[in-house]
Amino acid sequence: MTRTVTIIVLAIALVATGYWGYQEHQEKNAVLLQAENNYQQAFHNLVYHVDQLQDKIGTTLAMSSKQTLSPALAQVWRLSTAAHGEVGKLPLTLMPFNDTEEFLSNIGEFSYRVSTRNLSNKPLTENEYQTLESLYKRSSEIEHQLRRVQAIIMKNDLRWMDVKMALASGEEPMDNSVIDGLRTVDKKVQGYDGINWGPEVTEMARNREGKFRNLKGEKISKQEAKQIAKRFIGINQDVEVKVRSSGKNSGYAVYSVSMKRPETDSTIQMDITKIGGHPLWMIQDRQTGKAKISLHKAEMIATKFLKNHGKANMTIAQSAQYDDTGSFTFVKKQDGVRIYPESIRLKVSLDKGRVVGYDATDFVAFNREREIKKPQLSQKQALKSLNENVDVKIVRKAVVTNDLGKEVLCYEVLGTIKNDTYRIFVNANTGSEEKVKKLQNPRPIYRSA
Amino acid sequence: MSWISKCMKFFCIFILSFTLAVAVNPGERASAFTDQVIQKGSTGLDVVELQARLQYIGYYRGPIDGVFGWNTYWALRKFQKKFGLKVDGLAGLETRQKLVSVTKYDEQWVREQIRKGREFTYYGGTPKRIQTEHPNPSNNQGAGRPQANQGGQGGQAGNNRAPGQVQNGQLVREAENVPEGFSQSDIELMTHMVFAEAKGEPYIGKVAVAAVILNRVNSPKFPNTVSGVIYEPQAFTSVAQGTLWAGQPGKESKKAVLDALNGTDPSGGALYYFNPAKATSDWIWSRPQIKKIGKHIFTN
Repeated sequence: MTRTVTIIVLAIALVATGYWGYQEHQEKNAVLLQAENNYQQAFHNLVYHVDQLQDKIGTTLAMSSKQTLSPALAQVWRLSTAAHGEVGKLPLTLMPFNDTEEFLSNIGEFSYRVSTRNLSNKPLTENEYQTLESLYKRSSEIEHQLRRVQAIIMKNDLRWMDVKMALASGEEPMDNSVIDGLRTVDKKVQGYDGINWGPEVTEMARNREGKFRNLKGEKISKQEAKQIAKRFIGINQDVEVKVRSSGKNSGYAVYSVSMKRPETDSTIQMDITKIGGHPLWMIQDRQTGKAKISLHKAEMIATKFLKNHGKANMTIAQSAQYDDTGSFTFVKKQDGVRIYPESIRLKVSLDKGRVVGYDATDFVAFNREREIKKPQLSQKQALKSLNENVDVKIVRKAVVTNDLGKEVLCYEVLGTIKNDTYRIFVNANTGSEEKVKKLQNPRPIYRSA
Repeated sequence: MSWISKCMKFFCIFILSFTLAVAVNPGERASAFTDQVIQKGSTGLDVVELQARLQYIGYYRGPIDGVFGWNTYWALRKFQKKFGLKVDGLAGLETRQKLVSVTKYDEQWVREQIRKGREFTYYGGTPKRIQTEHPNPSNNQGAGRPQANQGGQGGQAGNNRAPGQVQNGQLVREAENVPEGFSQSDIELMTHMVFAEAKGEPYIGKVAVAAVILNRVNSPKFPNTVSGVIYEPQAFTSVAQGTLWAGQPGKESKKAVLDALNGTDPSGGALYYFNPAKATSDWIWSRPQIKKIGKHIFTN
């Protein structure tokens, strides 16, 4: 009797477990399928956008009138952005597909620049036309390759989840035609270095990569870096200082120095350029106590710090309190003109008023002698073109880097429209608006009560 | 009830609340400010008082949130100009004294509103009750407008609020400084990311991880937003393994994120980092290495 009951109970348990397992399995499959479908959607969208992109670039080649060219290039810009977005959704990060992303991004940048330009005044140059032609050729190559991969995927019912697994595990199955196909796409893009993207795109890339290419001065040794660091922080005692050199091929030639400040037991880290021995940044890692001094006092400490380090001609551009530290941005001032590219940021703890952070990366990268010419427009003339709704509060002269990566002399206008504050840079020679920025109001903290 | 009696009723409340306010706080402390200079970017109770006092005399119309932003700045400058002070946007001793002498400040009441997370205003001459019910400044100006409010409030307050207001009422009104171009949620997301990815790393290693996220946002080779970069499939282990939202990041992670958002980049412009003990991909080893911080190697 007991035996029968046991058997029945076990049997029921078995069936129940089986059913539960089946349910779990179903759910897992549903989730996997969902993920798979997302990948499929992203990929097919990518192919579609690249297809359209190639068509649109082709169309622009045949256009002669400026009225139609601008909208068509705007379409190219939109499509390349969309395609770029889809690449970001594919599980390809471990595979070098980056050059394709960069290619798409550059097409966008290029077409944006040209489409927003006034083509009646400045028509397409011969170079730009050639760029468009080569873009057309290259994008059609990419399209063909992507279509090929797409055909393989559809014909063999390949799944992106498998691609993901293969890439993540590092061991690639010999016959992963999807991975191979996409590698080919990227290889093709890599060979595109010859494309003339025009001065704007190139200048932006140069600013991004070779920030410190203009550094002047002697190359310093590790020992010298040590001395510079100690002097910078103001430590005279013998402390243990570690210096490490950055990687050779990285394009970022610095000595990374770390040491302990003896009395507070906090670690100080800084980077010093090998050429010229300029301190790039310093971070002091210490627990800050409750704020005791005001932001204003902290600003004076920061100003004094800069003065003591031979940077007296700096003026405060921004100050903000984050929890118990004050953050300050200073910019160089020359002949009463603010030089925005040359900025230094300092962090001061509000408990004891110590400088706990220093960042002069931009200052070091863009520091040079400038000759500031008299502006061709008077302040009054320049502000005439301003939007009449702007209630102008403050006007001063400033040098800024514009969207094309060039330094321009501007009138900096701080003004308001209703409750919002704007910073507008009006070119002091041409009167055009170089940059318009709505300044951030304090952000409310959203949390459910 | 005729409109005359309504008016009378309102007027009585007006007078009553006014005398009450004065009676409860006989000599509203003249020197409530601490002796610190308040400037743009400051946060805290001094700023709350500054905003409240500026609002009391109608110079400041924004929210009283304790963050010295642009609107407070312009209001202060306007005040300084009107009262013949040096127009510098700094609340120094002279400015604060002048402000205290021409305004009233009920510290207790204001702090209570903030603690309770209410939306409120602090216009002089308007009963406080009205200022919490209808925080919209435009409704509270002039003598005529509060009457209109009064009608809606009699007995059935609460019921006839717009849905939007109810929603606002559930949110705690606080604010903080956020680096230009980023939002609260970007910071939150990055803080979790840094916490999950760089647990046990030195502070500078945390800043470097945050900087890598930003370097990717700025690079054409990666998505263009913070969330796009973080949620890119297979980009970060913590996201792929679902540990991004596990645990509560400490203060240090947020500090590291703010440092990176403000421009510090200890990674030297790196786009990738990996833990040499765990990395399986040959490709990642082939990247030009910039430096090693803690356990992570940062590469281009």
